[in-house]
Amino acid sequence: MAYSKKLIDHYENPRNVGTLDKEDRNVGTGMVGAPACGDVMRLQIKVNDAGIIEDARFKTYGCGSAIASSSLLTEWVKGKTLDQASEIKNSDIAEELALPPVKIHCSVLAEDAIKAAISDYHSKQKQQESGDTDREEVA
Amino acid sequence: MNHFELFGLPPRFDLDPALLGERYRELQRAFHPDRFAGVTPQERRLSVQRAAQVNLAYHTLRDPLERARYLLELRGIRSGAGGGQMDQEFLMQQMEMREALADVRNRPDPAAALAQIASEAKRMRNAVVQQLSRQFGEDSERSLAAASQSVNKLMFLNKILQEVDETEEELSG
Repeated sequence: MAYSKKLIDHYENPRNVGTLDKEDRNVGTGMVGAPACGDVMRLQIKVNDAGIIEDARFKTYGCGSAIASSSLLTEWVKGKTLDQASEIKNSDIAEELALPPVKIHCSVLAEDAIKAAISDYHSKQKQQESGDTDREEVA
Repeated sequence: MNHFELFGLPPRFDLDPALLGERYRELQRAFHPDRFAGVTPQERRLSVQRAAQVNLAYHTLRDPLERARYLLELRGIRSGAGGGQMDQEFLMQQMEMREALADVRNRPDPAAALAQIASEAKRMRNAVVQQLSRQFGEDSERSLAAASQSVNKLMFLNKILQEVDETEEELSG
């Protein structure tokens, strides 16, 4: 099976590997897994006050296509608003990396991961808001 | 005829491995192609098909993961898809175990570190199998949905144990 140059480049030189502080209220963490191949993917985003993703990190245990998909995704979401980031489709990733049909599920996993990270960020913000109200009520 | 019917066993997750083995040997004898030496080609073909089904059924029912997936399938529930719906804490733990596994070679005693990961994964696997037993025992819509999550977990743990074996071979090689 022939892999594209882009895919091999992301696999050999993955961008934005690492972790962001999970406890930071501006960080959203998405953890997803693919039972059939045992792949685990963690994707984190740091969102600034203007609602823009200013940083993104990932860690993936899985095949080359899963690593490349999440690496590419971290590059793409940086500088985007949350809405823009949530519009990224797995087919965009699959197309960019020219994933073979049997590896399309790796790009699905990456899409699931960014959605999970965004939803984690939103639920953290909500918690924070209700936390603020609680404090005001006490005061 | 489903696998359980073929083996004359109730469609349950908990089954007696000794009884399963006994039925398997009986069925193997009954459908062995050698017993059909003097019969028509069509009958012979049928016996070969039956023997193949007996083998498939046995290997499905014998393995807890395959048995659980098959039981869910009989109830129309697909398992093994995963995605973002999985237990977050479990995935976090999986990632830590994979990290530990990748780091085994840098440890002062790699074999001992590997053995520790293996025993932890086996402990978790036994716990999930017990969960499956309870979930199929309860047999409610909710418990079967939970069983499908347990199947996902079991798939991950099997994968870890497979990688433990591979790492072990690399270390000794």
